[in-house]
Amino acid sequence: MANRKKLKRILLHITIWISILIICLPLIYAVIISTRDLQGTFVSPPNLKFGSDAIETYKKAWTTVNMGRLLIIKFGSDAIETYKKAWTTVNMGRLLINSGIVAITTSVVKIILAIMAAFAIVFFDFRGKYVAFAAVFLTQLLPVPVKIVPTFELMKAFNWVDSYYALTFPYFATATGTFLFRQFFLTVPNDLVDAARIDGCSPMTFLRKVLIPLSWNNIGALFLVEFVYMWNRYLWPLIITNSEEMRVAQIGIKMLMTTGSINQWNIIMAGAIITLIPPLIVLLILQKTFIEGFVMRTGK
Amino acid sequence: MNESYFKEKILPYLLVLPSVLVIIIFLVYPFYEAFKLSFFQGGAWGTNQIFVGLENYINLFSSPKYLASLGRTLLFASLVTFIGLAISLGLAVLLNQKIKGRLFYRTAIIWPYALSAVIAGVLWALLFDPSIGLITYIVKVLTGIRINWRTNGNLAFVIITIAAAWRNIGYNVIFFMSALQNIPKQILESAEIDGASSFQSFFRISIPLITPTMFFLLIMNYLYAFFRTFGLVDVATQGGPGTSTEILTYKLYKDAFVFFDAGSANAQSVLLFVFIVGFTYLQFKYTQRGVFYG
Repeated sequence: MANRKKLKRILLHITIWISILIICLPLIYAVIISTRDLQGTFVSPPNLKFGSDAIETYKKAWTTVNMGRLLIIKFGSDAIETYKKAWTTVNMGRLLINSGIVAITTSVVKIILAIMAAFAIVFFDFRGKYVAFAAVFLTQLLPVPVKIVPTFELMKAFNWVDSYYALTFPYFATATGTFLFRQFFLTVPNDLVDAARIDGCSPMTFLRKVLIPLSWNNIGALFLVEFVYMWNRYLWPLIITNSEEMRVAQIGIKMLMTTGSINQWNIIMAGAIITLIPPLIVLLILQKTFIEGFVMRTGK
Repeated sequence: MNESYFKEKILPYLLVLPSVLVIIIFLVYPFYEAFKLSFFQGGAWGTNQIFVGLENYINLFSSPKYLASLGRTLLFASLVTFIGLAISLGLAVLLNQKIKGRLFYRTAIIWPYALSAVIAGVLWALLFDPSIGLITYIVKVLTGIRINWRTNGNLAFVIITIAAAWRNIGYNVIFFMSALQNIPKQILESAEIDGASSFQSFFRISIPLITPTMFFLLIMNYLYAFFRTFGLVDVATQGGPGTSTEILTYKLYKDAFVFFDAGSANAQSVLLFVFIVGFTYLQFKYTQRGVFYG
């Protein structure tokens, strides 16, 4: 009996390891390819040996995006030289910074707006409350493709094309976040609210001193969800930005794909891996909070 | 329900105002415009609008290309959903056992949650690359056939399906795991005492108890496959070869921003909206839970 249990356990571990290997294979292969030079990607038969050119390849991925971008724009030859000098050292860095600015700003604003709206909906009785609630829900029904041409036109009218405003503002409202905080606020005992009111505590003080300190789990979870979501946006940035400086990292990968007549897989993979690291770090740090503060709550 | 309210009259309006403004300006108004302009045709981007009634819609439904894209998207979404959910449920059950290293295992399985569609697209495009792809090579060794998605539309479709399903595994596993953990231990224990095998208690107890989560994920995966796979297609296959991977969002993008046919694009947007409403309605009807994708 004990032996059978042990055998079962070993089999379980083996099955899990095989699953992990299969799930991680695309990434492992990408990492391996990204450590080779271009010639190294053409080795036949393909193998899983790491190359010795890791640093070179990553450097190239960092700087090649710039080349790709310059080819797209087709400025005069002087501009190319100037741009080259100005951008070779940063470009992929610039894209990552853009992605970071967009993802962090949007996540923080979304969290703040969600807390405000949920606070109003749960702790106040006001006319139009359900209209507001329904409006928030609408955000779920109206993702980018459902209104893509007019939103683009609107950005043109605002003169926001190719700006951080266009990359962030349309995303500020969040039904996910508002519902998440609403559900959490509903679990706050009435006594706590009454006590606060009797003590002459103003609503905003109650929010600051009582609710927010209780909400850190939810805030962390929502930050993860929104950060990953925003970092990974592609369609909207593709349409709404066109200059070198405003592109984001996801688009940088596409640019690496279209640079040159053959796919330089080593460089593309290096770019992909660089771009994957920030959301992966956020996930690793916040996964526990995410599961406790988001999944358990929305999963009920 | 909370019955204790603060008495301030103006404050709640100020609190909801920012969200409501964003929603009206950036969501409702553009959608209203899309709806309105779906009944118009005009020069590129809104010049000389002519009212054409339902013509844009009629054109779409009589266009073999649009209908093919619609059918393709439904097939794609169904495959992504069912393959993804079956694999994810299996993984969640494995991870839900009491074993050493569970936290590490969980992380090693759910990390694709952090992946973008674009990265999923390039990773699988590399594996299936006609000349240097690892999978291309393995298939060659096993069957002697050199597969090439650039000339084989079905293969291209398979690649984007696998890539899309693979990318969503992390998300699905997270939700399945928490659903499995919410099953009261006593129920499973008493079933064991009554002599139920682990297969029996899985299919007779666990599965029925996690049905709400399963339905929630079912709808989420359909929405995901419809709306969050554009980047994957754009980097891996650009809708090709031919139109064999041209899903609805990709066709919409091309009609809007490559062919500048705003009237048709707006009509396609409205039809996509109908799909979302349908999915959301089903979700509310069966799970009474909101849609969550950020």
